[in-house]
Amino acid sequence: MIEMKNVHKEYSNGVIAVDNLSVNIDAGEFVYIVGASGAGKSSFIKMMYREELATKGDVLIEGKNVTDMKQKEVPFLRRNIGVIFQDFKLLPRLTAFENVAFALEVIEESPKKINKRVLEVLEMVGLKSKARFLPNQLSGGEQQRVAIARAIVNNPKVVIADEPTGNLDPETSWEIMRIFEEINTRGTTIVMATHSQEIVNKLRKRVIAMENGQIVRDEHRGEYGYEA
Amino acid sequence: MKLSTMRRHVREGTKNIVRNSWMTVASVGAVTTTLVLVGIFLALMFNLNQLAENIENEAQMKVYVERTAEEQDIQALEKQIGEISEISEMEFSSKEDELEGLISDMGESGEQWELFEQFNPLNDAFNIKTYEPEQLAGVASQIEQMDNVEEVNYMKDVVDRLIAFNDIARWIGIIFIGALLLTAIFLISNTIKMTIIARQTEIGIMKLVGAKNSFIRWPFFVEGALMGVLGSIIPIAVVAGGYFYLYNQFANEIPIPFFELLPANPFIWQISGILLGIGVVIGIWGSVMSVRKFLRV
Repeated sequence: MIEMKNVHKEYSNGVIAVDNLSVNIDAGEFVYIVGASGAGKSSFIKMMYREELATKGDVLIEGKNVTDMKQKEVPFLRRNIGVIFQDFKLLPRLTAFENVAFALEVIEESPKKINKRVLEVLEMVGLKSKARFLPNQLSGGEQQRVAIARAIVNNPKVVIADEPTGNLDPETSWEIMRIFEEINTRGTTIVMATHSQEIVNKLRKRVIAMENGQIVRDEHRGEYGYEA
Repeated sequence: MKLSTMRRHVREGTKNIVRNSWMTVASVGAVTTTLVLVGIFLALMFNLNQLAENIENEAQMKVYVERTAEEQDIQALEKQIGEISEISEMEFSSKEDELEGLISDMGESGEQWELFEQFNPLNDAFNIKTYEPEQLAGVASQIEQMDNVEEVNYMKDVVDRLIAFNDIARWIGIIFIGALLLTAIFLISNTIKMTIIARQTEIGIMKLVGAKNSFIRWPFFVEGALMGVLGSIIPIAVVAGGYFYLYNQFANEIPIPFFELLPANPFIWQISGILLGIGVVIGIWGSVMSVRKFLRV
């Protein structure tokens, strides 16, 4: 599903974020990326949906090399990847429904199909009753659920989450994790960068630990292994 | 593109116009100012162009034949003149024709000239046109050398000066209009750029969920075009209205030879169309220029 071969990422200011990293993530896996701030987690996952471009090496998503992809093909890559952020990145002027529908409008779905599908995913994340609320009328956890709904609304094969619980209290974080688990059991690959020791240690999954842009540990059903 | 998508783009573009009302006012103001000036210049230039055409069509010279010339002298002269290659048209006008023309040109006061029908003091003449008005001077000096030519008259000063003036005016107009349009495009692109900075998150999210660049660009297209349309309303009213007024007041009272105002109908429709067109083009151009930079993510 996701394959990285000798990937190297150096920024123009000389900072090396990812250093000769190779890894394989299979379809349907649930993977935590852990590591201290600046370990290269964000650069690592940003290269998957080509927000960042690897300086050297290959990044393959479903066998397709993302690094030498034409600019025109990038939108189609991203339609197969749902991305979730710590700060939700919802559009403040749009309601929960519209925020989710946005992802389908962009790929020119018919209004009828959009309506049906958006209500489906809002129901899945438990927000159908708040479809008409604006983001500032929702709690942090609810906003993140809207963001998740947006990420999965067009059935991506991979969901990438960059510290999705970073801004949430423990209880709300577990709600979010339950949704991720559900998405994962439906067959979607999940890659999640996190700082939450509690989540990683309780909800055991594959753990990839990074340090100085390299993978220092890769365990199935691993532990957080750092002092948070 | 699907109809529902097109509707979305139009809706978004219109919303942005309303939402960023101050930016819109600034952009529309820039277009308005520019187009008023451009419109005035265009009206001037089109009329000057007409003047040039009139000079080209009407600039002619008159060759007066000496009164002592015999029939065969005139024929010889006609043949000789006819050999000059720059001449496009040539017509003989007998002294009787000349007098008749004079009488009818003078209107009522021409009647007194009818006395001269008994003893016509005028000369036989050739009316000559050249292909280009610039050729008049050269042709005139050639003809002056010929036998039996009393005088060659072609309003030398007027024609030369009009030609020179017209050329200069045309260039100044083109440069001025070009500069104005560039300024307007720059202003629009700058205002839209500011609204884009405010919308950067939105664009970023659109890209994340897999929007193609064309999809992101479309609402800006619509927005630019709408700004162009809004910005051309006042200029059209000012320029077309002003021209209509001036034409009705002064069309028949302009003391410049060869110069006449283009008829208000269809000219005001044409210039309105042109202004609207320019407005839409610079609106779209400005907005596309400003959005381009933000799409390279």
